[in-house]
Amino acid sequence: MILLKHELRQNRISLLIWTGAITFMLAICIFIYPEMKGEMESISDVFADMGSFSAAFGMDQLNFGTLLGYYSIECGNTLGLGGAFFAALCGAGVLAKEEKDRTVEFLLSHPISRAKVVTQKLLAVFAQILILNVVVYTVSILSMVAVGETIPWKEVNLLHIANFLLQIEITGICFGISAFLKRGSLGIGLGIAVMMYFLNLISNLTESAEFLKHFTPFAYTDGASIVANVELDVKLIAIGMVYAVAGIGIAYWKYTKKDIV
Amino acid sequence: MYAIQTINLTKYYGKSRGIVDLNLEVKKGEFFGFIGPNGAGKSTCIRTMLGLIKCSSGSATVLGLDIVQDKTEILKRVGYMPSETMFYAGMRVKDVLKLSADLRGMDCTEEAKVLCDRLQLDVNKKVEELSYGNKKKVSIVCALQHKPELLILDEPTSGLDPLMQREFFQILRERNAEGTTIFLSSHILAEVQRNCTCAGIIREGRLIACDSVESLSQTNAKRVHVQGNVNIKELGQVRDLRQTENGLTFLYGGEIKQLLEVLSKQPIQDLSISQPDLEEIFMHYYVDGGEA
Repeated sequence: MILLKHELRQNRISLLIWTGAITFMLAICIFIYPEMKGEMESISDVFADMGSFSAAFGMDQLNFGTLLGYYSIECGNTLGLGGAFFAALCGAGVLAKEEKDRTVEFLLSHPISRAKVVTQKLLAVFAQILILNVVVYTVSILSMVAVGETIPWKEVNLLHIANFLLQIEITGICFGISAFLKRGSLGIGLGIAVMMYFLNLISNLTESAEFLKHFTPFAYTDGASIVANVELDVKLIAIGMVYAVAGIGIAYWKYTKKDIV
Repeated sequence: MYAIQTINLTKYYGKSRGIVDLNLEVKKGEFFGFIGPNGAGKSTCIRTMLGLIKCSSGSATVLGLDIVQDKTEILKRVGYMPSETMFYAGMRVKDVLKLSADLRGMDCTEEAKVLCDRLQLDVNKKVEELSYGNKKKVSIVCALQHKPELLILDEPTSGLDPLMQREFFQILRERNAEGTTIFLSSHILAEVQRNCTCAGIIREGRLIACDSVESLSQTNAKRVHVQGNVNIKELGQVRDLRQTENGLTFLYGGEIKQLLEVLSKQPIQDLSISQPDLEEIFMHYYVDGGEA
């Protein structure tokens, strides 16, 4: 587990910044909630009435006037996008950066098998994602306590679990792609995250585009349906996990037989 | 017992050549020089032996172990110094050395300290602040600190000042005396001639000569310098003929008796016949296309 430790140490500043930024944004949103609550009740109707724009963000089904409605939108945007970007950057970069920075020759001339390199690097990314999510979750809950709101435990837990799974899925997919790359992995990682985010917005807009939700993890982190159903869409999550496992499998397959030049 | 043995080892990158049908044998305990110009396939050969790249065909063993199946075991017992190493940004020299030792599951603190002292390497510096030569030193310590049975060095001396080169080869000779096999890839012929016992010459991906440095230098060709207004048109097997200030110099591959007979009839002022150095042998293999 030397490499795992090394990886966490190498990436600690990046993890700190992303965790700090996401946590800070979410906490700010929660802290300004009591002040906005009064206004929100009237704004809520406005937000719900913006037609397809509202539909795209699920605002037609959510009540901005409640902490839950407000939080699920904020959480979706801040943790959803921020977490997805972080997962994409880590997943896409963790293998490819060795070749980009040309440290790969140093690493692979040590007696560690390629499969072990992949395993430890993957575990390092998962560990970072776990740390990020635990910190974000803890600070969010503490912030809600601090502003004196009752906490809708079940829905909040489901939202955070869904986002965690989203990040796992994006990591897996980007990881698979990055095994083929030497450089430019970061752009591709971010591109994938953004593309999936928009796929979900589009699938929310029209019925005819609804099939798109099978291709984006943002479909199962959608605050509106989690809050409305108080459960996760297991089918979509299962599909997402298949993508993740496929990505990881491809990474092992490719990386263990790749020429390092 | 061979430290390195390749059998028809071939590597193509798509259509471009890496190495072709390479049959290389390095005995245990040898100080082997692997000579060739840039792009001849030296690094490809080394990277294939270490499992960094996969060969297209053929096979090879390192320390008696198969390069495909026993890759990890080979890496455990080999010290490798790449021609160009990059280290992880932000790490100090001592952290890199520790990481390298940890990846081997060994504690090499003592040996690392000895090597750093001898090479005058400051372990508290950050690796990205190091000059090219100092980065090379980090690479040397990484390759040597775990006391491997086989050292594979890919152009190790570029960037090292002459004093450091001397110290470095001193260390290598000590290791060699202790039984370490050393495989030195280089295009600096003088350092191969000074240090190595055996050498192989690679050209366009193929091994074109492989023998002890002594016998490589003693191919029947001689370097002949003549002063005086001489005409050697009668002589065959003359190569690398050059006009000098006051005479001629050439490589002569024929019988000495015949050479003397031709020269004795002419107004020569001075004559010297010497062994060509490795560089001349090398030029001969490269310029003449390898026909001895």
